[in-house]
Amino acid sequence: MALNANEPKGNLDEKWTKYRSTMNLVAPNNKRRIEVIVVGTGLAGAAAAATLAELGYKVKCFTFHDSPRRAHSIAAQGGINAAKNYQNDGDSVYRLFYDTIKGGDYRSRESNVHRLAEVSRNIIDQAVAQGVPFAREYGGLLANRSFGGVQVSRTFYARGQTGQQLLLGAYQSLSRQISLGNVEMFNRHEMLDLVKIDGKARGIIARNLLTGKLERFGAHSVVLASGGYGNVFYLSTNAMGSNVTAAWRAVKRGAYMANPCYTQIHPTCIPVSGEYQSKLTLMSESLRNDGRVWVPKMKEDVMAIREGKKTGNDIPEGDRDYYLERRYPAFGNLVPRDVASRAAKIACDEGHGVNKTGLAVFLDFSSAIIRYGTSAAHSQNIHNPSAAKIKELGTEVIAAKYGNLFEMYEKITGENPYILPMKIYPAVHYTMGGLWVDYNLETNVPGLFAAGEANFSDHGANRLGASALMQGLADGYFVLPYTIGQFLSNEIRTPKISTDAPEFAEAEKNTKDKLEKILSIKGNHTVESFHRRLGKIMWEYCGMSRNAEGLKKARQMVRDLRAEFWSDVFVPGTAEEFNPELEKAGRVADFLEMGETMILDALDRNESCGGHFREEYKSPEGEAKRNDEDYAYVSAWEWDDTEPILHKEELKFENVELKTRSYK
Amino acid sequence: MKLTLKVWRQNGANEPGRFETHQVEADEHMSFLEMMDVLNEGLLAEKKTPIAFEHDCREGICGSCNMVINGRPHGPNSGTTTCQLHMRYFKDGETITIEPWRAKSFPIIKDLVVDRTSFDRIIQAGGYISVNTGQAQDGNSIAIEKDLAGQAFDAATCIGCGACVAACPNGSAMLFTAAKIAHLGLLPQGEVEHKTRVQSMVNQMDEEGFGACSNTAACEADCPKEISITNIAMMNRAYMGSVLGSQK
Ligand SMILES: Cc1cc2nc3c(=O)[nH]c(=O)nc-3n(C[C@H](O)[C@H](O)[C@H](O)COP(=O)(O)OP(=O)(O)OC[C@H]3O[C@@H](n4cnc5c(N)ncnc54)[C@H](O)[C@@H]3O)c2cc1C
Ligand code: FES
Repeated sequence: MALNANEPKGNLDEKWTKYRSTMNLVAPNNKRRIEVIVVGTGLAGAAAAATLAELGYKVKCFTFHDSPRRAHSIAAQGGINAAKNYQNDGDSVYRLFYDTIKGGDYRSRESNVHRLAEVSRNIIDQAVAQGVPFAREYGGLLANRSFGGVQVSRTFYARGQTGQQLLLGAYQSLSRQISLGNVEMFNRHEMLDLVKIDGKARGIIARNLLTGKLERFGAHSVVLASGGYGNVFYLSTNAMGSNVTAAWRAVKRGAYMANPCYTQIHPTCIPVSGEYQSKLTLMSESLRNDGRVWVPKMKEDVMAIREGKKTGNDIPEGDRDYYLERRYPAFGNLVPRDVASRAAKIACDEGHGVNKTGLAVFLDFSSAIIRYGTSAAHSQNIHNPSAAKIKELGTEVIAAKYGNLFEMYEKITGENPYILPMKIYPAVHYTMGGLWVDYNLETNVPGLFAAGEANFSDHGANRLGASALMQGLADGYFVLPYTIGQFLSNEIRTPKISTDAPEFAEAEKNTKDKLEKILSIKGNHTVESFHRRLGKIMWEYCGMSRNAEGLKKARQMVRDLRAEFWSDVFVPGTAEEFNPELEKAGRVADFLEMGETMILDALDRNESCGGHFREEYKSPEGEAKRNDEDYAYVSAWEWDDTEPILHKEELKFENVELKTRSYK
Repeated sequence: MKLTLKVWRQNGANEPGRFETHQVEADEHMSFLEMMDVLNEGLLAEKKTPIAFEHDCREGICGSCNMVINGRPHGPNSGTTTCQLHMRYFKDGETITIEPWRAKSFPIIKDLVVDRTSFDRIIQAGGYISVNTGQAQDGNSIAIEKDLAGQAFDAATCIGCGACVAACPNGSAMLFTAAKIAHLGLLPQGEVEHKTRVQSMVNQMDEEGFGACSNTAACEADCPKEISITNIAMMNRAYMGSVLGSQK
């Protein structure tokens, strides 16, 4: 089936404004009767729930966390993009649109991306009004920095805690609506099934995680803002609890999963140190503004470093390979994430990795420290400053910019990055894929909407840094609360959805049976061990680079692992109590199906684009080779236990010319 | 390294709790929670119920993790959450006691997991700026002094973990509440509602059963984000001002 994105007609730069002013509205008296369920309280969910409530809808909001404020969005570090052009460096809505399309390797929908760039400006205004303490210049105006893949400074930030501050802003707006009685908040409730009546999404089954009780919730419409699925890989920078369950259970009810093979591998993470690890830590990409990435040219130096006989500082300038600057002179250390990650992998595959495992490269701040130190000395009127003075002053500047990141690095590794260059390696970070949605952010299931990382919408095959926060908040504050009206305006005669309907009973039973099944296996292996094994398969065969042979093998391995899970997993306790192992088991069961879908998608896509690099499709210099003729489509998978079905949405490019992405 | 752990186990707020002793083999590069994972995997291998503890980001920002380690919320290192604490700060052969936050307003759910929804209700009482989506003016229309924005940020950095309450002999939530009041009250956008905000948040704090402040400053010492108690002084001034003001 060909999918229809329901894009409005008209010129690209007018589509959204025209559409918004001609969209169907729901009158205030009707809004008070119409109920909306929002699953998730990250940036997308909290923003959507608060805004829908402000508009007058009756909102029920869910999170599996103990508080809405704990959503994974809280951990975002580097910043949020917006086409404000406050720096007067030539930024514009069009440029942000263009950068996003290009950064996404021409695999996203023009109309969605343009809308995103348009509303990006409102997000900053909104956040400032909520009291988000963004970084400021001495003149009191908002400060910006630049991020990978672009040549303007459009990233707004709050030290290295931008996600925290933006989420607290949204959480506070949500709290206000809770106190006004417009949002009913359900903490520690996990959505485990979607309820459809006459084909429309009308409610959910959620498990009260404290008591274990399954509860039914009805509404006129359901919004999923449940985040991304990077934890399929076990090791990722995502929070431990991030999972695909809400989205996946919707897939099991007929929603399509789009572009699942596009995974973002972030270039700057703290390398893996041991088997016991369950989580990787990101070092914000903003560090690449001032850090230079390199490995030693000579294998002797590499060996000496690995054996602890030398440090990065002992390698003379001429013996260092600043490989990003060498290969990509135009963008240098600021190439997009997929390019930087692959380059690190190549350097390490060629034997230049600088830690014991051979999987690490240097991120070095010494040049920046000298540069900033010299300029600080100059502005403080210190003539002929000593090298030590310059270093001291430069270190102060770096500390002001990245202090908390440097501290975090030192806490984890025990090494002081002001003295020794940081060691970094790529890690799974973000999933561009997600539930398929049309221009209204509505899935193929009528009345079911998806927002934030949970949908596939705007980043194509690769997301630019600082654009996830932008998209989550755009969806939540400025898009979904209006586009949902297109559906709800036809529902004003629909009475309150009764949870006594047989569909609710069926869904509840389905959920209960699944939980009982898991508990009844009483096998020999922990949930964690299955998760770890799945992660290894995915990383090896469906990670930074893939090939058809490996993917075919991996598909069988995942299927076997799934069968083993369902016959040999051990989960203690009962379903009628607070049981974190049982929660985890349900999530891993879903990852075991999601993983297969990712592999299938990667197999289908016989090209390399963005985060999807197929070894068979590359240029002689090793760069990704797209195939626009055959693969300029969004893939959308319908789940089937034996053979999932592929649907396609053709992508039309009317405003940008498809080019080979070059950062050289 | 070999460690002996004395861990608090409890099945719910109304059940009696007890310490349970376990041996665990850890690596000095592990984080404290990774060490707990190893312990739990061991318990599961023996078909026992793992120790329930809260965690999510493991980067010191979500505020989920909460263990009292050897008597101190988040353990021995200042400015560090439990998830960021690494085993290299412990000695081989050491005995470590691990307890949940203990406070009347944080009832125990299971083992080390407590109910901190009282914090949410304090925010709901007024910890926000009343602005609807789409009502905002341009982000640069009000310049804010860099230092002032920095001060607001220092208060806003609170992660809502509750270590301040756990550290306080009176189980007071003054630092948590004051941090939000300072964050919003220092900014021109939040100044308008400052007085009413202070009153309603402080009242909610009292209603939740949090204790009074007796200036021991234990909260500041154990706050993983090192939030200053000067915020409390500012809140007290504002509270007095708003109470006196409203009596006029
Ligand atoms: C370490 C790190 C740093 C990052 N830094 C940046 C950055 O600097 N800039 C940027 O733009 N992006 C960044 N990102 C990406 C960005 O943070 C995320 O993509 C974004 O925050 C996702 O927001 P969300 O609202 O879609 O989902 P989330 O914040 O993941 O929220 C998901 C919500 O759904 C709830 N939920 C999920 N499933 C269920 C269920 N079954 N039942 C009930 N509730 C459920 C959860 O409880 C939670 O409330 C970063 C990501 C990481 C990992
Ligand atoms: S787990 Fe998030 S702060 Fe410790």
